[in-house]
Amino acid sequence: MPGKLKAKIVAGRHLPVMDRASDLTDAFVEVKFGNTTFKTDVYPKSLNPQWNSEWFKFEVDDEDLQDEPLQITVLDHDTYSANDAIGKVYIDIDPLLSSEAATVISGWFPIYDTIHGIRGEINVLVKVDLFNDLNRFRQSSCGVKFFCTTSIPRCYRAALVHGFVEELVVNEDPEYQWIDRIRTPRASNEARQRLISLMSGELQRKIGLKVLEMGGNAVVGYLQCFDLEGESGLVVRAIGTACTLDKLIPGSASNTNTHPNTAPASNACNSPSKEIKEPVFSEDPTHPLSVPPTPLRTLPSSSSPPPFSPSKLCSRQSSSSDTDLSLTPKMGMGSGISVGKEAGPLKTLLRQQAQSALEQREFPFFTLTCFPPGFLVHIGGVVSARSVKLLDRIHNPDEPETRDAWWEEIRQEIKSHAKALGCHAVVGYSESTTICEEVCILSASGTAAMLNPRFMREGCLDAGGSDQRLSRQPPLGMVGSERAEGEVSSSWLGFDDASPPSCGFCHIPYDEFNMPFPAQLTYCYHCRRQKVPDVLFTTIDLPAEAAVTGKGCLIQARLCRTKKKAQGEVNATAISNLLPFMEYELHTQLMNKLKLRCMNALFGLRIQISVGENMLLGLASATGVYLSALPAPGGIQIAGKTPSDLSYDQHISTMQKRINDTIAMNKELYNIHPPECIEEVVGSPIPDRQRSRLFRSTSESSDELSELDLSHGKKDAFVLEIDDTDAVEDIQSLLTDAPMPAGFYSCNTEVMPGIYNWTSGLQMFTSVRVYRLNNANLTNQGLNKIFTDLCENLLKSLYFKLRSMIPCCLCHLNFTVAVPEEELIQVAVTAVAMSFDKETQLAADKALNKGSGENEEQLQFSMELCGESTSSNNQPTAKPSGLPESAMTHSSSRDRCSTWLELLRLKAHTIRRGSVKTTSSSERCSPLPEVRSRSLRSTRSLPCGAPVTVVKMTPLSFLPRTRIVKYLGIINMFFIRETTSLREEGGVSGFLHSFIAEVFAMVRAHVAALGGNAVVSYSMKECVFMENPNKNQAQCLINVSGDAVIFVRESDQEAIPPLITCGQTSTTGADGTT
Amino acid sequence: MSVELDVFVVNTTIMDEEVYQLWLDGYTVNDAVKVRMEGGVLEGCEASAEVLHSDTMDQYRTFQMCERLLHSPVKLANQLLFQIPPHRQVMLIERYYAFDSVFVREVLGKKLSKGTKKDLDDVSAKTGVTLKSCRRQFDNFKRVFKVVEELKGPLVENIRQHFLLSDKLARDYAAIVFFANNRFETGKKKLHYLTFQDFAFCAGQLISNWTVGALGDYNMVEDMDVDLEKEFLQDLKELKILITDRDLLDQHKSLVCTALRGKTKAFNEMEANFKNLSRGLVNIAAKLTNTKEVRDFFIDLVEKFIEPCRSDKWTAGDMRLYLTHYTNSAHVLDTFKHQVVWDRYMGVIKSCILKMYHD
Repeated sequence: MPGKLKAKIVAGRHLPVMDRASDLTDAFVEVKFGNTTFKTDVYPKSLNPQWNSEWFKFEVDDEDLQDEPLQITVLDHDTYSANDAIGKVYIDIDPLLSSEAATVISGWFPIYDTIHGIRGEINVLVKVDLFNDLNRFRQSSCGVKFFCTTSIPRCYRAALVHGFVEELVVNEDPEYQWIDRIRTPRASNEARQRLISLMSGELQRKIGLKVLEMGGNAVVGYLQCFDLEGESGLVVRAIGTACTLDKLIPGSASNTNTHPNTAPASNACNSPSKEIKEPVFSEDPTHPLSVPPTPLRTLPSSSSPPPFSPSKLCSRQSSSSDTDLSLTPKMGMGSGISVGKEAGPLKTLLRQQAQSALEQREFPFFTLTCFPPGFLVHIGGVVSARSVKLLDRIHNPDEPETRDAWWEEIRQEIKSHAKALGCHAVVGYSESTTICEEVCILSASGTAAMLNPRFMREGCLDAGGSDQRLSRQPPLGMVGSERAEGEVSSSWLGFDDASPPSCGFCHIPYDEFNMPFPAQLTYCYHCRRQKVPDVLFTTIDLPAEAAVTGKGCLIQARLCRTKKKAQGEVNATAISNLLPFMEYELHTQLMNKLKLRCMNALFGLRIQISVGENMLLGLASATGVYLSALPAPGGIQIAGKTPSDLSYDQHISTMQKRINDTIAMNKELYNIHPPECIEEVVGSPIPDRQRSRLFRSTSESSDELSELDLSHGKKDAFVLEIDDTDAVEDIQSLLTDAPMPAGFYSCNTEVMPGIYNWTSGLQMFTSVRVYRLNNANLTNQGLNKIFTDLCENLLKSLYFKLRSMIPCCLCHLNFTVAVPEEELIQVAVTAVAMSFDKETQLAADKALNKGSGENEEQLQFSMELCGESTSSNNQPTAKPSGLPESAMTHSSSRDRCSTWLELLRLKAHTIRRGSVKTTSSSERCSPLPEVRSRSLRSTRSLPCGAPVTVVKMTPLSFLPRTRIVKYLGIINMFFIRETTSLREEGGVSGFLHSFIAEVFAMVRAHVAALGGNAVVSYSMKECVFMENPNKNQAQCLINVSGDAVIFVRESDQEAIPPLITCGQTSTTGADGTT
Repeated sequence: MSVELDVFVVNTTIMDEEVYQLWLDGYTVNDAVKVRMEGGVLEGCEASAEVLHSDTMDQYRTFQMCERLLHSPVKLANQLLFQIPPHRQVMLIERYYAFDSVFVREVLGKKLSKGTKKDLDDVSAKTGVTLKSCRRQFDNFKRVFKVVEELKGPLVENIRQHFLLSDKLARDYAAIVFFANNRFETGKKKLHYLTFQDFAFCAGQLISNWTVGALGDYNMVEDMDVDLEKEFLQDLKELKILITDRDLLDQHKSLVCTALRGKTKAFNEMEANFKNLSRGLVNIAAKLTNTKEVRDFFIDLVEKFIEPCRSDKWTAGDMRLYLTHYTNSAHVLDTFKHQVVWDRYMGVIKSCILKMYHD
């Protein structure tokens, strides 16, 4: 009997009137867990009953604790007939099972009914007494923490990243059971809600077991999905990344001790492969200095105080980094990754080493999209696999085997793709399905990458990773140290010199003479040592340390393909045949749009293909950026097939001009002004003449036309040949993408490169649109146009609605498309609008371009916002956090004068920003848009009697200007709502609007009851909407998830701890202003 | 292609105040879109009428969902469905309960019944306020009336607490409730020149001086601020002596005339009309025991006092002078024993008349 669950029903309020005669309600409550049910007394004649019940105690297995939700049903007592149900509350008690999450659930929960929606609220108290169970054959996995966040959570550090975990659970869908013919829709929906809740619990428990087996204690980047297969069943599946996380406790010294394993283990992992490696490199004295990470690693981790000790901070950071850096020259060894010709064998070696670390893993996949510095060595590119399956061919639909095999197949394919790219791992990995009748498309995608193997070994990932994460949430006094850590990690990892973190990940992992696909390679524009591709596509977030020029922007490729209606195998074949073409076209579109914006890399790429009865939809979203390490993209050239025709030529040249103008405009818009460097690199497959031509064609315009013709024979992705109407369409669609209104930026990743000064003003929103295609016989072009317009209009609508937040950036702008019925297209988006401070931004931009200044920049971090890390990391090479290090850094990097200049510039920039910040932080409610002052006010009024806790929601893993102090547990909720009075509820829009609002309300209530004040990494993973207007009916299923957290405002934070840095902060500010 | 469904839901509910006003004013979505277009909301945004329409629809839906909560504003603060910052809640409530003075003028003093509600389309046609808005305003009056009807304690305070209204608006509602309860006639042609604020002021005077609650006796009686104090009305009958007793009337007149002589241009008219005017005011007082006469209180004031004075071209200053001396002189009359009642009566009458004496 390893656990005791206790629940107390306190009171209700705003209950609906259940007795028309008295306009009152005689309410009582049933509390159910597993098969045990308790009841409260009836509280007669009240809409605000005060039950104040005893503690109901359930003695249960911890297995049940994980699987089952606590079910609370509110009923109206009726003497003569059956009691009427008012509604239900399901409480997931999983957060109470981990010692580090919530300890009690207490608060007002909306009482939810699948037909009536929210009907009043109930106040409940829940506690769990857990007895330790050390049985190694146990079936439960209590205490394993789950995070939706796809990076190492903010107040943890990753001691170890174990790798991929997946699980899949199948059950019969209650909606398709025989009993469904006789029971009410309400009963059926409730059965479904309950079942899915149970299945998610079971799934989480099973994944937890796998994590424990691997020796981990947490799952990060947990992604759970439902497949409503219909007749063949209901599948709940999840993937995630198993990690060993250590909690960082501010001010406590127990950090390194929390995991006694860490230090010894890291010593132990001086693996043979490492021993071999050292002599090899030391023989090569010409190589820049570098350090094999593992031995070094142990030094600072065992000797240095914990990262979180504000008072000791300065001394600590310098000591630890000093240790590292002073060691650096002593060791005098070559780096793992190196220059030119040597690169081949060395790379192979590194790969071997990495492989040994990864080979015991079946799938070296990581669902993370954001990594500790040094984790990512190189990125190969996007790998994806799709497979079309027939659900009616499943032999044993009730068993998971068949689906397991399907996914296994796909994952193997992904793995082999990654291998082909010379990579041994896949990061930013995700899986999805789309189902239409009996056809199911399984998709998986990720980014092939080379990882630093040390992160996968015991104790290797001590401070570096988690600290870097922290720098994103810049608490006063801590940030300095994080910078130091970042610095340290990059140097001890040994890639400091050969591949600076700002560009190292761009370098190709594959063999240049044996490339898996045709690509144009040049020497890295940043370090000029290694080869980089001309464009880079990835599914991950932009690494914080990446060097970026200008700002980024959302890029979408949209595609619609008609398909004949068919059944079974014929249908599946037709779909399989269409898929590669769709992928190719989406890719082409992305490439063209990227060029049009004068950018050279895509991050957060997400390609969704959705299948309907008579069409396929493809939507690719990504954030385009200009990576400084990659070559400048060429312009787009149009070539005609019939050059003799004069008017045709003219048409082409006007089009060309429009394109060139757009490119020029975009360069201004996104502030992309790469240094006009002259190419002198040898060994590039492209002739020099041509490359410089590409350069010019972007900067100048029409007068280049004659020269352009010389080269358009080349099959660059950016030469568009107008030989058929398709191409014309392509160009048209390229140009019809409406520009964003002034003051707006957008991206689908965590943060926007180039924007630093977020205010605390943010607004999370969900928008859903369904379009009906009225004319049945549409061509592909017609459909494409409609689909493009639909997405564009939705974006325009968002910009308009959020105009009060200007200047702002729409982050995590991910669209989900579906074809719910024939002729219907559904687009859903959940994103967050975050406003930033224009003034500071401008100053920062300016300072960035200037170059002068003083030192002590470690301090201004304390005043910086979350965007800070992105900004500072843009100039990555070595952002020193204190004088000693900065000296060390640049002395050790002898051939990096450009970097040194940047460093200077950066200092100036940060100082300037610091100063501006002080002024504005002293008066927060300054002339800023109302949004900001509004949000400030709302929270300010929180303690003084506002009865409802304000809960912020965001799809991102952080909240700007705040620090997450605690993760309370995962929120994973599934709701069904239906109506038989659609018109009365305001039609489909009214129905869905209130349902989404209700879902938000329930998420907020659960978070508040856990003691939290925000949900991060929130996502709406499923929104299945069905309607039958003729019957006046509609039904909708929504699945949402996220991490409940407690955050503190940066300003509060500043006030509480006795920080030495405070005084210094102000002086820095003063200095900066001069 | 047609948009079948289009929703936009935010975590922190933001409402455009302009659209909210349009909704309150009873504009249809299409009309609201037109107004917004003309207002230039699209300037600077690259947005089309479609976008505007979608936005307006979203907001209208939000308002409709909020409306239920606005009916009991206290709920708005602790409901969970919408996360609305407190100062926005205040705005929502205040605007929802705000009313058009032209509209309120039409229903002031009428029974807040279904019958009156049925006639709202006439009111709408007459005032130019949309029927939808008329209904909202009427329902607000009725809702407030119903809630405070059953409550004990001071009227304004009750309204403020139960509907979270500002002091000013709570006082206006108190006036509306007071008028509806006593069914004062305000619709006669002669009263048309009076604004709602005139009446609201008078109502405030009556509430604070003539009701049960006015005595400062906070026993928390029901309707203490809504009903006029019966005893006081009974006592008012005693004032009749001022006009029935010839000596007293003459004496009163001579005292007033002595005091006024040379101080006003309208002295002659005042002297000539004294008896008529005095009879008018005292008769009004004497008749107040009769509920039907109470209803005519304002029309009587206008007919019996204000109109004669106005035709004699008294200035506002004249009026103040006259009423001051008229009230005070009665104290000097040694046979007149009802000083307290007289003061309580004349205090209100004086301030009401002064408020009502305008064009």
